[in-house]
Amino acid sequence: MNETSAALEVRNIHKRFGGLEVLRGIDLRAGSGDVITLIGSSGSGKSTLLRCINLLEPPNEGEIIFDGESLALRRARDGTLVAADQQQITRLRAGVGFVFQNFNLWPHMTILENVIEAPRQVLGYSRDRAIADAESLLEKVGLADKRDGYPAFLSGGQQQRAAIARTLAMHPRVILFDEPTSALDPELVTEVLAVIRDLAEEGRTMLIVTHEMRFARDVSTQVVFLHEGRIEEQGPPSKVFESPESPRCREFLASHL
Amino acid sequence: MPELQGFGAQLAAGAWVTTQVAVYAMAVAVVLGLLGALAKEAPVAPLRWLANLYTGMVRGLPELLVILLVYFGSARLLTTAAGWFGHNGYVELSAFAAGVVALAFNYGAYLTEVFRGALHTIPRGHVEAGLALGLGRRRIFRRIVLPQVWRVALPAVGNIFMSLLKDTALVSVIGIEDLMRETALAVGYTKEPFTFYLAAALIYLGLTAVATLVIHTLERHTSHGMRTLSS
Ligand SMILES: Nc1ncnc2c1ncn2[C@@H]1O[C@H](COP(=O)(O)OP(=O)(O)O)[C@@H](O)[C@H]1O
Repeated sequence: MNETSAALEVRNIHKRFGGLEVLRGIDLRAGSGDVITLIGSSGSGKSTLLRCINLLEPPNEGEIIFDGESLALRRARDGTLVAADQQQITRLRAGVGFVFQNFNLWPHMTILENVIEAPRQVLGYSRDRAIADAESLLEKVGLADKRDGYPAFLSGGQQQRAAIARTLAMHPRVILFDEPTSALDPELVTEVLAVIRDLAEEGRTMLIVTHEMRFARDVSTQVVFLHEGRIEEQGPPSKVFESPESPRCREFLASHL
Repeated sequence: MPELQGFGAQLAAGAWVTTQVAVYAMAVAVVLGLLGALAKEAPVAPLRWLANLYTGMVRGLPELLVILLVYFGSARLLTTAAGWFGHNGYVELSAFAAGVVALAFNYGAYLTEVFRGALHTIPRGHVEAGLALGLGRRRIFRRIVLPQVWRVALPAVGNIFMSLLKDTALVSVIGIEDLMRETALAVGYTKEPFTFYLAAALIYLGLTAVATLVIHTLERHTSHGMRTLSS
């Protein structure tokens, strides 16, 4: 991993909610093609870290570097760091996809409309090009027949796959997954994990917060264990899962495998 | 149909004026309501105060009084303002415009609360999904928030329109030749109050029936993707 190949890097991220210090200095670097899974007990700050990367949550300290470009930040009145350059943050958000735990599809739009909205508006695609793109992506996630359906009439697994298609439609360089299967009924988890696995095999760069340990072991190039806002253990899955140094990580794995 | 002694055309003209007052006032009220709702949710405190002052005032005043205040108050304001621009003499809003503004002022406050309630039903995640894809705030509001607010609010907005339609009768006090005033004139000439008030009642019922139909059609058109309504 040399300096130039990092697709995404964060340095010294701190985040407080009121008096609660949720992230206490996180450094993380994703090279092109890396699949990094973030594990750790609930409340350790995994989701917050992911949300700080594309500034859905403004961090209190830190630096975010995407595609070799450090994001310009300025301090807001409440002490958090917000984007200083609107075009730059738009570029970052367009280039870094985010898949939410509860899908967040727009319920008044069909699946196809959900998928083409951002490419048309942000990437400036023509309607025809956006639709052609969307159709092949829906095909890829197994939802070609649902293009004109509305989100409320799809199962959770289908909604999440549609949400992944919506993210892929932006051709992101990096995709962040925030517990993509935690809101799903157990029997629907596999179909969504299968889609994410395919993406991993394509060599996409991804950061995944998950509680699915077997999945994490299979797809990751790197596993990061978070504890109370700090990285407590980090390495290839073989090392983290089989011989973790941190006793807390051992404990966590013992209760989650 | 009772014998209208040649006043039928006048009542029809009045009904048309009533319809126009109602539709224009509603359009302005919707804009005021959306602005009011956004102001109430704004991070800027003075905007919230202003919006609260607005809805509080309307809640505390009889509608008739607001209509009279707008009519006479606007004339003062306009005359003074025209004075600044070198125009001497009395300037006033036409009775029609004053009636529309006054009704819109009242109903905009009711719609403020309706739209604010509807805004609260839109999950924060819908906005975040837009932000995460790089969509701008204005685009997110127009394409994702507003259509959902609209369809959530529509039933209540429909009810509010019905009561606005009936309240247009109040504007006859400032001389707008609406259905109520034309009816009163006809009564004055013919001395047949029951006949003409009954005719007016039938026309109002006709208008509200049409309004109900339009509202239902709108609801059907905006309910796509909603499980409860479309299934
Ligand atoms: N918007 C928020 N406001 C206040 N506290 C929050 C907010 N979001 C998360 N937290 C708190 O931050 C901590 C970390 O949350 P989170 O990042 O969701 O952890 P994880 O994803 O590891 O379960 C939790 O204690 C949570 O309650």
